[in-house]
Amino acid sequence: MSSEQQGAGLDKERLSWILTQMTRIREFEERVKGTFEEYPGAIRGHTHLADGAEASIVGSLAALRDGDQVLSTYRCHGYPIALGSDTQALMAEIYGKSTGICGGFGGSMHLVDVERGFLGTSGIVGQGIPHATGAAYAAQIRKQGQVVLSFFGDGASKQGAFAESLNIASLWKLPIVYIMENNNYNVVTRSDQEDANAAAGEPLAVKAKAASMPGVTVDGGDPLEVHAAVSAAVERARSGAGPTLVESKVYRLSAHGNIIAPPGVPLHYPEHEAITVFGAREEYEAALRGDPVPRFRAKLVGDGTLTPQEADAIAAAAKEEMEAAVQFAWESPYPDASEAVNHVYA
Amino acid sequence: MSHELPYIAAIEEAIQLEMERDPSVLYFGQNIATTENDPFLKAFGADRVRVTPISETAEIGMAIGAALAGFRPVVELYMAEFMLVAMDQVVNEANRFRYMSGGKVKVPLVLKAGYGFTAGWAGQHTGSIYSMFVGVPGLRVALPSTAADAKGLMATAIRDDNPVCFFHHYLLTLEHGEVPDGEYLVPFGEAAVRRAGKDVTIVATGWMVDRSLAAAERLAGEGIDAEVIDPRTLAPLDTATILESVAKTGRLVLVDQATRHGSASAIIAAEVADQGFDSLRAPIKQVTALDATIPYSEPMEAYVLPDEDKIVAAVQQVLGSAPVAA
Repeated sequence: MSSEQQGAGLDKERLSWILTQMTRIREFEERVKGTFEEYPGAIRGHTHLADGAEASIVGSLAALRDGDQVLSTYRCHGYPIALGSDTQALMAEIYGKSTGICGGFGGSMHLVDVERGFLGTSGIVGQGIPHATGAAYAAQIRKQGQVVLSFFGDGASKQGAFAESLNIASLWKLPIVYIMENNNYNVVTRSDQEDANAAAGEPLAVKAKAASMPGVTVDGGDPLEVHAAVSAAVERARSGAGPTLVESKVYRLSAHGNIIAPPGVPLHYPEHEAITVFGAREEYEAALRGDPVPRFRAKLVGDGTLTPQEADAIAAAAKEEMEAAVQFAWESPYPDASEAVNHVYA
Repeated sequence: MSHELPYIAAIEEAIQLEMERDPSVLYFGQNIATTENDPFLKAFGADRVRVTPISETAEIGMAIGAALAGFRPVVELYMAEFMLVAMDQVVNEANRFRYMSGGKVKVPLVLKAGYGFTAGWAGQHTGSIYSMFVGVPGLRVALPSTAADAKGLMATAIRDDNPVCFFHHYLLTLEHGEVPDGEYLVPFGEAAVRRAGKDVTIVATGWMVDRSLAAAERLAGEGIDAEVIDPRTLAPLDTATILESVAKTGRLVLVDQATRHGSASAIIAAEVADQGFDSLRAPIKQVTALDATIPYSEPMEAYVLPDEDKIVAAVQQVLGSAPVAA
């Protein structure tokens, strides 16, 4: 099935929405990355960008309806942006400000927006998968037709939490879709160095077989292909037939995260590990040529869904929005230090 | 009004009453509700009562997810050590979600686990590991020593909006006690004075409470009047009641089945040294398990554990009525 056929069911408004969200996520991430140059020291610790995964994120979330829920990993900026969270509050959180979406308690890795169905993240690889599975158990009991999406990386699929959760979800026919964003790198380790399926040349979606659930592999750079696969899985989950594992193949266009350095060393984003560790510049440049954001824009303009002016307007609006987010974050006050003892207990 | 129940049945009574009261309470875990005759399954149905595979990380992690989504899960973990398989979920997920969200979410869940099965269960099923969870921000730790507290603390644990580690002592499982009828809540952070006395304060947890009360009776025969305090919860810890007692007696003996350097008594000793030093007329004495894995063979097992004789000797020592051991 070509992506054109897959997109056939989506009207102009929906297709435009997908490009808009992809563009907003990209622009947000560009501004996070840019902060390391523009406002050195404003972002502390470790941030992880979703650039390259926008098509996968938005194609997946486009399959949801109100009341559905999402949990993800620490690479979490993209989901709440597409779900409609306030980007000023998201950026302020990453800047550690009192106006942040979690009041500065969580930072880049721990965004939460319950009202929009984004229940949270885990910063520990794989450990959010059972949380999503538990939310799906709750949805099953509540019987309101809710579906949960669980996002994680390929590395997480070697955690016990993954195998344990998929087993129970399949056994109990829970309304959940597991979306493995396979970017082929665990920090600096390639999948075929740490995954038996990858080493055997098999797609990682074969892991679904061990839990007796369907497993599919899609091009995560194509939002319509992702949308078609996730929509089918969401429909299956909503009908009570149980979970699906979707392997969405993406290429992260930035390094795993900004450099890990002791205080005093300015933080920045290094080049991708394909270049810095494996010397595979051509691999990275090929991925850049396949960048899903311009690729989808070109498709929508090319097939006449959008005029170039409409596409430009989407980009300009995103730029303006994220510029304002940075300004808001930069100008917002820090929390009162003594607030640090709040929220330990409910 | 009250009725007599074994400790373990008192816990089940609390879970049953809370499940009747609140439809958001769930009960799942290993080896429960495997037949349709299971009383919980019959009463509450397969949505709310489920057997799980042996998958502690998923069981506890799913409890977190269900709690985030508005439910109050009670996870049956059987043995405290089984939590160690899923340590991240217990000490680095469940307890941190509320904080990291800036108070936007809550994670009400109960991890029910037995501990201290020092009846020949050897090295891996006998630990008194509760103090590992004390000082972990966001976690509550309950440690009932009587059937009534077992009921009242479980009910409070289920209603608490935070993750609670509820540790029940395996050697108390069939100990009978009077349990109040109907709704019964024991507040967290309120120690119980099990025996009032003026000469020495003994603080004991779990199975050590009865050992300490027996020691106190023996000491009474020597004219020593010991006060015995059971903290009942270690997080929150009722430091005030302990300090008040020490202000009266001037002497403190801490009895704990955990290993010496991994015990709750070490934490209590530090608090009293910090906040109540002026009250002390003798050094604080700790009666704990030795820093060893619990051995299988009976005489060796007894050797490493605290007992009545060791408690009596420690009290005599802080009162200066016994020579310091060579």
